[in-house]
Amino acid sequence: MLGKTAGGLFWMFRYLERAENTARMIDAGLRISLTRSSAAESEWTSILSSTGARAAYEATHGAPDGPKVIDFLLRDPNNPGSIMAGIESARMNARVVRTALTREVWEAVNECYMVLKRLLAQPIEDRDLPRVLQIIRQRSAFVRGALHGTMVRNDIYNFARIGTFYERADNTARIIDQKYYILLPSVKLVGSPSDNVQWDTILRATSTTRAYQTLHEGDVDPRAIARFLILDGRLPRSLAFCYGKIGDNLGYLEQEYGMRHTCQSLADALCAKFRSHDMNAIFDYGLHEFISDFLRDSAALGRQIEIDYRFIE
Amino acid sequence: MRLTVLHKTHYTYDAPVPYGLQQIRLRPKSRPGQVVEDWQIDVAGGQVEVSFEDEHANSVDLVSFASGQKEIEITCSGTVEVEDKSGVVGPQGGYVPLWLFRRSTSLTKPGDRIKGLIADAPSDGGDLDRLHALSAHVLSAVPYSTDQSASDLTAEAVMEAGHGVCQDHAHVFITAARALGFPARYVSGYLMMNDRVDQDASHAWAEAYVDGLGWVGFDISNGISPDARYVRVATGLDYRDAAPISGLRYGNAAEDMSVTLQVQQQ
Amino acid sequence: MAADQKYFDEMFGHGTAARAPYVDYCNWFKDEDTARLLSKSEEAEALFRLIGVTFNVYGDPDATERLIPFDLVPRIIAAREWAKVAKGIEQRVRALNAFLHDIYHRQEIVRAGRLPAEMIARNDAFLPEMIGVSPPGDIYTHIVGTDLVRTGDNEFFVLEDNARTPSGVSYMLENRETMLHMFPELFSKIKVQSVSQYPRALRKSLAACAPDACDGRPTIAVLTPGIHNSAYYEHAFLADQMSAELVEGHDLRVVDGRVAMRTTRGYKPIDVLYRRVDDEYLDPLNFNPDSVLGVPGIMDVYRAGGITIANAPGTGIADDKAIYSYMPDIVEFYTGEKAILKNVPTHRCSDPDALKYVLDNLAELVVKEVHGSGGYGMLVGPAASKKEIEAFRAKLEASPGNYIAQPTLALSTVPILTDAGLAPRHVDLRPFVLVSPDRIDITPGGLTRVALTEGSLVVNSSQGGGTKDTWVLEE
Repeated sequence: MLGKTAGGLFWMFRYLERAENTARMIDAGLRISLTRSSAAESEWTSILSSTGARAAYEATHGAPDGPKVIDFLLRDPNNPGSIMAGIESARMNARVVRTALTREVWEAVNECYMVLKRLLAQPIEDRDLPRVLQIIRQRSAFVRGALHGTMVRNDIYNFARIGTFYERADNTARIIDQKYYILLPSVKLVGSPSDNVQWDTILRATSTTRAYQTLHEGDVDPRAIARFLILDGRLPRSLAFCYGKIGDNLGYLEQEYGMRHTCQSLADALCAKFRSHDMNAIFDYGLHEFISDFLRDSAALGRQIEIDYRFIE
Repeated sequence: MRLTVLHKTHYTYDAPVPYGLQQIRLRPKSRPGQVVEDWQIDVAGGQVEVSFEDEHANSVDLVSFASGQKEIEITCSGTVEVEDKSGVVGPQGGYVPLWLFRRSTSLTKPGDRIKGLIADAPSDGGDLDRLHALSAHVLSAVPYSTDQSASDLTAEAVMEAGHGVCQDHAHVFITAARALGFPARYVSGYLMMNDRVDQDASHAWAEAYVDGLGWVGFDISNGISPDARYVRVATGLDYRDAAPISGLRYGNAAEDMSVTLQVQQQ
Repeated sequence: MAADQKYFDEMFGHGTAARAPYVDYCNWFKDEDTARLLSKSEEAEALFRLIGVTFNVYGDPDATERLIPFDLVPRIIAAREWAKVAKGIEQRVRALNAFLHDIYHRQEIVRAGRLPAEMIARNDAFLPEMIGVSPPGDIYTHIVGTDLVRTGDNEFFVLEDNARTPSGVSYMLENRETMLHMFPELFSKIKVQSVSQYPRALRKSLAACAPDACDGRPTIAVLTPGIHNSAYYEHAFLADQMSAELVEGHDLRVVDGRVAMRTTRGYKPIDVLYRRVDDEYLDPLNFNPDSVLGVPGIMDVYRAGGITIANAPGTGIADDKAIYSYMPDIVEFYTGEKAILKNVPTHRCSDPDALKYVLDNLAELVVKEVHGSGGYGMLVGPAASKKEIEAFRAKLEASPGNYIAQPTLALSTVPILTDAGLAPRHVDLRPFVLVSPDRIDITPGGLTRVALTEGSLVVNSSQGGGTKDTWVLEE
């Protein structure tokens, strides 16, 4: 396979995942602005930060205002990180790697693009927003479904998966990073736990509210949330889960190519952190520091994958 | 005359070069009046990728830079036996039609200055006389001077500058000869200057096609036709076709080049 | 539908009864409901859009991806009609390759006085770098698109020989797939010769031209300028169908004397490169130094025998419109036979007498740029306004050597489906030809292009043309 193709697959699935994550975050923000209008502005700020769009937003729009933020995150041409821009980039990469995709996967991406292009041609009215967000998540799921159902399990598939999990872990980590202070053990003593709207945001932004409740019998506890998102291997958006998968997919590539690369050692080191650390150790080390280290190491991993598999020269 | 040549071209870069190629036309060939007894090219900091013969029957080597290199050196050395044929090279061989040598190239496009040069060029005598006179005429219009601003001047720009080196003389001559209806071409090669061992640079001259004689050489800068001190290496429509080294590289490294050249009589 | 008496209609001739090849189709059609067919037409368009069978229009930033309109009434050609056309194309393509070899070697045709040297000397498509180069199998143009027009029952003319990079074959294939998908019942009633073997034949034909440097199964790649190119869809489609890699210039470099592509496992040499990048941009080391689409040094590797480039560089000399006017001589010179397919009589405006004639008759003639393509820069006299004609006259007088002129041909029509039912529209045909050392393979039919505007003679997709599926019936 061409190095460029591997890179195109990696990025195509990163962009798709990112668009889907942004949709989740808008969903979380919307929920807060409907239920807690006083907290809305600061929540929108943290959502803008998590998606890396804060500076761009403030440069053109100033203070966060719900409808403007939503429009910015959904479709603003000035926002290279908007959902529409993400889907366009995903499709552009899909065109580049078209020969590596099954017709089903290509058509799912292309249709996702065509539907959203039409849907997001105009600003979205409040009452239509939930439906639009649902369509975005659904279209993204169609692509994933086509991938699972029609693609041969070879290097093509592995690069697609690595892109997905790499981006997903990155998103989860950024959400935690924005909110780490409300997940610290000390918070429980000060705040009123069952009522912390910000915990709700975190769970909503990662679409894990229901999974959390099922596994924790409704007991909302910041420590448990932190453990859940970082270490719980059952949760498909946790860092531990994503890195387990990245390790697996890199391992499959090693088998197929008969070559072990530096990036695998980097990924193994990250996986080991999630296996060996219990939550106390992470809190002792510092949650913020732990996440910062993770973001730094994951960036290094991304660069190394690019080099090892010759995405570019 | 038996000449030995040692020609080193050394390039240094202020940053590692990620990728680069050089096309080199530095292998003289045996032909009537010129026998190449031995010749070799060594490349330090790179490797020869392919070798082939181009449309002018020049031997071409494509050299690639070793990745991340900051220096590359191309060394040519060999022995050539040359006979004085009074500049007469002979008939056109190979498949290139003579009309191709009437084509102007971007370096040899006649403009007003070249047209002016032709207008007062001596026009009496046979073809050969006219070409010799043209050669002298070019040199008087464009005296030899190494004080040149650029290395890749068009013939018209050389006329404007009013002086030039061997390459510039050859371009002006070729342009004018073509405008007068003669097929003409550029020649790059070596010249043993009698008074020294270390030569400044490789040499360039021109050839024009004269009915009955075939190709005849004119070293405009020295006002003579090539003799037994000239090793003919490559020919083409202009410098770019026959350049000893032309390259392309990625990255932003600045290039510095130095040449050492020795031509000696054995 | 009543046929226009002025033009030969391929469905109805000059009358009202279906011609033989169309009888079965017309019987089927008369029972069909136009509304249903029109909705099928929309279905086809949605399908094309989903698959992404789109092209980009140059200089039109808003319409980066447009569909070529597809008309679902097929153009039908009888086996016997086709056999004659195919024979003529084969003869012509043989002559083209022999001509190209000759032009880059001894130029016997010039020495013999059958072609003036200026035709080559003044031609930008002539590549001196190709002089003396003999590609594997002596094949220069591997993939040819010979544009034909029809004017009557037995009258076919060659309009143009596309010997560099003919495009459109993916439309031929997708059009057939779409027809099979929408009207399966038609194909059980009417036996149509298959076109779907084309990608396999292309692969085989390219593989047969692998260079000596190739050991084992030839590695083939398709070189595209990238996703912004107007024909990107076709490049991806062909690579996919041939199981070849789709590469861009920056994926390739010279490694160990070969042109190699950067894969996830290191550099892998390519044996045959089906390039869809023009000569000028192919190699920044040897041609345009500003090109970012090409591969530095590929011409060196090519001349050293390390790779096959299809089509060979420099083949453009053979599809130049001024050379076209010599094609009957060229065919005769290299095959020893009279050309089976006719040329459209062509006036070379570089000739003063011809120029005078052309200037005097601009309103009746089609005038084309010698190196133009895509229907740009041409004048269709009978369809042009006085003002357009006068504007063109000025251009023509300024540089007559850039133009040729031809009589306006009475292009045949084939009906298209409109809201009002069937309506005749002018068509041309581009059959696709593959040349390998041991055979010439012509896909039955080809791409029918149709001028969708009533009365228009310009079929180019960039100028509002559409396409049709083309059926060659089984014997």
